[in-house]
Amino acid sequence: MRLTCPICGDRDRREFYYQGDAVMLDRPDPGAPSQDWVDWLHLRDNPAGRARELWYHEAGCTAWLVVERDTVTHEVFSVGLVERADAD
Amino acid sequence: MRFSGLKVLAQGLTGNRGWRPHWRDPAPKPEYDIVIIGGGGHGLATAFYLAKEHGLTNVAVLEKGYLGGGNVGRNTTIVRANYGLPGNSEFYSHSLKLWEGMEQELNFNTMMSQRGILNLCHSDGQRDAFARRGNAMRNQGDDAELLTPEQVRDKVPYLDFDNGRFPIYGGLWHARGGTARHDAVAWGYARGADQRGVDLIQNCEVAGIDIEAGRVTGVQTTRGEIRAKKVGIVVAGRSGQVAGLAGMRLPIESHVLQAFVSEGLKPCIDNVISFGMGHFYISQSDKGGLVFGGDLDFYASYAARGNLPMQEHVMEAAMTLMPMIGKARVLRSWGGIMDMSTDGSPIIDKTGIEGLYLNCGWCYGGFKAVPGSGFSFAHLIAQDRHHDPAAQFRLDRFSTGRGIMDEEGTGAQHNLH
Repeated sequence: MRLTCPICGDRDRREFYYQGDAVMLDRPDPGAPSQDWVDWLHLRDNPAGRARELWYHEAGCTAWLVVERDTVTHEVFSVGLVERADAD
Repeated sequence: MRFSGLKVLAQGLTGNRGWRPHWRDPAPKPEYDIVIIGGGGHGLATAFYLAKEHGLTNVAVLEKGYLGGGNVGRNTTIVRANYGLPGNSEFYSHSLKLWEGMEQELNFNTMMSQRGILNLCHSDGQRDAFARRGNAMRNQGDDAELLTPEQVRDKVPYLDFDNGRFPIYGGLWHARGGTARHDAVAWGYARGADQRGVDLIQNCEVAGIDIEAGRVTGVQTTRGEIRAKKVGIVVAGRSGQVAGLAGMRLPIESHVLQAFVSEGLKPCIDNVISFGMGHFYISQSDKGGLVFGGDLDFYASYAARGNLPMQEHVMEAAMTLMPMIGKARVLRSWGGIMDMSTDGSPIIDKTGIEGLYLNCGWCYGGFKAVPGSGFSFAHLIAQDRHHDPAAQFRLDRFSTGRGIMDEEGTGAQHNLH
């Protein structure tokens, strides 16, 4: 599997660190009910098929990336930079 | 049909013409007391113990493919009880005892081989951690022995003891651990459940879970509607999808774990050995193949096959630990879909829906848990209360934070186990 980093180009999977479902970007407000935090931290849709994920180009430009990928075929649809506003 | 030495001899002398299928292939009935979704090791064991321990035989196991075609047929067959945390410790201890009596209980040769497991350590800190773990195991009533480098050398002289980066400082020896024939475990439980009247229904995929007023009433399947008073979900890597049919989200993410087998070789590795500096474990099957594996590929996957970077890592770890392995050729590799929970420990619990029970989160350690998981899940379904050794495998630990069982100490978060 290879990912095309928007900054560095086509790179080996080993350069990237997988953080998890891109839901990690939707951090609840500090005052949100604790169940919101539980959902955010633990519960997952865990899709078999198209997924939106958060990856980190650890051994490259160190950008955080949103990767759209198929978890059944490993096909990669898109790789984009995390928007600044998302990165809290 | 009961197996015995005499039976094998008699069949051998009469051309093996008397063997019959070990289980029926029934069509689903319109209604059961209990429906188990998933005909893998855990599901079949659950059905077996429902019938044997609780006398509940109006039970169906629904399997979307063929029996034992999932993770129970694609693992590295290691059986052990070497956990350190309360909650895990008593569960795996109970499971290992069931393994020890399994062949008699099932009248089936599961080739259980208590050849011993040797976990190697490569630093003072790791040796201290093993001493602590060994004490925890012994406190639980299981066996553990801390070995010096010399004792390890006596047992397995072919390791690279003086490796420049990862010299061997000793090991934790778990003599009652070992391996078993993975397919036979599924077949033995299937046969035992079938003999007691359980319907094992293959090629029957669940497409819907019926819930009325907060209570489960049955399932919709590719072979029609089946009513049920109680439904158990035990589908490993597919837990997310099946729980989704009941409107639930789980603290589970499915990942791929690869395993490998070499060409058949003469006996050379007598035990199960794990490398402490890189995730690598190896044993030799009775056919002679070296069976070994490593870590997850570490990204969500349902592909049942992995990528080359982890294969390279596993081969490098193998060469670092036992350079002799470089002469062997890898025959094949495969991947299983692991139901990874956030804390790396399993879930055996009720759900918010009455009559719906959940068994998942076995991560990459489901095989050794097969008998214990089946026993405890059957107990929960039959009696509506937790079986003591599995009482800590609660679903609500993720929302309350109480009872999180992070055996590796890496943190209760997806992608860390």
